[in-house]
Amino acid sequence: MAAMAAFILRRVFQAIIVMLVVSALAFVMFKFVGDPIAQMVGQDTSLQDRAALRERLGLNDPIIFQYLRYLGDVIQGDFGISFRTARRVDVLLVERLPATLELALVAAVFALAAGVPMGVYTGLYPDRWLSRVFQAVSLAGISLPTFFIGILLILFFGVVLGWLPTFGRGETVRIGWWSTGLLTLSGLKSVIMPAFTLGMFQLTLIMRLVRSEMLEVLRTDYIKFARARGLSNFAVHFGHALKNTLVPVITITGLQLGSLIAFAIITETVFQWPGMGLLFLQAIQFADIPVMSTYLILVAAFFVVINLVVDLLYYVVDPRLRLDRSLAT
Amino acid sequence: MAAPQPLLQVDNLRIEFPTRRGTLLAVDDISFHIDPGEVLGVVGESGAGKSLTGAAIIGLLDPPGRIAGGQIRLDGRRIDNLPYEQMRRIRGKEIGAIFQDPLTSLNPLYKISRQLVETIRTHAEMSPSQARARALELLDAVGIPAASDRLDAYPHEFSGGMRQRVVIALALAANPRLIIADEPTTALDVSIQAQIIALLKQLCRDHGTAVMLVTHDMGVIAETADRVAVMYAGRIAEIGPVAAVIKQARHPYTHGLMGSIPAIGHPVEQLTQIDGAMPRLTEIPKGCAFNPRCPEVFDKCLSHRPDLRPAGGSDVSCWLF
Repeated sequence: MAAMAAFILRRVFQAIIVMLVVSALAFVMFKFVGDPIAQMVGQDTSLQDRAALRERLGLNDPIIFQYLRYLGDVIQGDFGISFRTARRVDVLLVERLPATLELALVAAVFALAAGVPMGVYTGLYPDRWLSRVFQAVSLAGISLPTFFIGILLILFFGVVLGWLPTFGRGETVRIGWWSTGLLTLSGLKSVIMPAFTLGMFQLTLIMRLVRSEMLEVLRTDYIKFARARGLSNFAVHFGHALKNTLVPVITITGLQLGSLIAFAIITETVFQWPGMGLLFLQAIQFADIPVMSTYLILVAAFFVVINLVVDLLYYVVDPRLRLDRSLAT
Repeated sequence: MAAPQPLLQVDNLRIEFPTRRGTLLAVDDISFHIDPGEVLGVVGESGAGKSLTGAAIIGLLDPPGRIAGGQIRLDGRRIDNLPYEQMRRIRGKEIGAIFQDPLTSLNPLYKISRQLVETIRTHAEMSPSQARARALELLDAVGIPAASDRLDAYPHEFSGGMRQRVVIALALAANPRLIIADEPTTALDVSIQAQIIALLKQLCRDHGTAVMLVTHDMGVIAETADRVAVMYAGRIAEIGPVAAVIKQARHPYTHGLMGSIPAIGHPVEQLTQIDGAMPRLTEIPKGCAFNPRCPEVFDKCLSHRPDLRPAGGSDVSCWLF
């Protein structure tokens, strides 16, 4: 357990360094992405007023002071005021957070729930016609751009058939500060198409990964030996083979969960999903740097946390990685 | 001497591999039997078809390899054409298997106890705790020190020799009557090899288990086997009691094999060797497969294939006899 704690501490330390670098990048954006003052004020604002606003927002201080002040603020949880809406950025993002997380989660669950069984099936029976269908579909999933799939879905299920809503989250229910769309019928109906669109790429990725890993593992000696011991096909395929494919699958799924959150931007735009991605896109249009940089930091934080969890999961799945070697001969 | 009914009877077995350039015959019309409790050694060079024969018997030929002809009978019952599920029930319970590399034979993600319990419960109605007790007995029997402490260890926590002991425990879990041991010691240190062979021999004698011991180590055969089959290019060159085959090898190939073994106490400057190499499956010559390398080849060997015929104490496929 001591080794475990040391491992976690080391990873947390690495995570802090990553976050410092990201915060520096986020800060640098303030300097290089357009002039926020020009975006905030109208055409007829006088130069004096502009200068005063610039001074008031601290944009004239030396850059290193600005960074340290920014870092200090961020550590205290003050991410600044949105240039565009004049509201606190953290409040703004927290409002949008549930929508994005729910979308990413539903997409990830969908991708896993469909991708793993499809991968196992195509790995076990590579020559069956259904496997070929899965392979063909996955090729489409991996090569068609997200927005295109989204638009096709909207056209077919939204416009032609009229079964599913084409935009928004539907009705939401508040649980504390969290607003969920997963408890109402319209919310559930609304999430289907965006989650499918967002999860499609991950699904094909997971399916192809599980398939190639299964093909690999099924050739190993311990699978042959498991068969030679007379174990049932079920025990061999799911007890012995599938578990040995999990380490790479966990890695990819974990990393992809980060991507799902980060790259929900496109899906959120196509479906006008009121999440962080949409907020971010609007922020870009207005050079709303506090929102953009905070979004950057938040996404980086997600990646760091997910990576840490993934590393810990390896230890759960693969005993060889556990550092406690006291039993080893 | 011979038992009324052999435990395993293989008749005219042919194993082929369809490839793009035609079908390769990897095992060509071989017949042999194993009596209950008997150890049959199978020797030959790599590619002679000995491992494939073992794999065919337990029904685990890797595709696209397939049995193209002949019969395999266990206790008189055909087992080469059984549906997968029926064959599965025979594997482990009637016929156990041990493979070459103990380092890769065990699933790295599961404790030894789990792999043992799972195997035991596949073949016998037992509660998990009964199966666990049986697992402990097995580990004790294969000579794992402090077995009760090691039961819940993972494979990577064992050395190679210990892992092969675990593999043997797994193969014996359901008390099979026949074990196919495919080069069980090849991957181990020389010092460990003797221990493992001795263990296998003793356990099988105690339980009356027959063994088909596939190896290319004549020393192991001499020490362990009751009878030995010498395979060459997918055919049996000679088969008979160990003493007869080793002391009075009839087939020129067996003769050459024996000559290439260094004998302790009789220093020789150079070991005799058989010129040439075993033909590839695509290039097996007409007549006797050994004819290009045989020192005593004559006309008939080039045109007609010899069948196994009794000669002295053993059966030899050679036109000399």
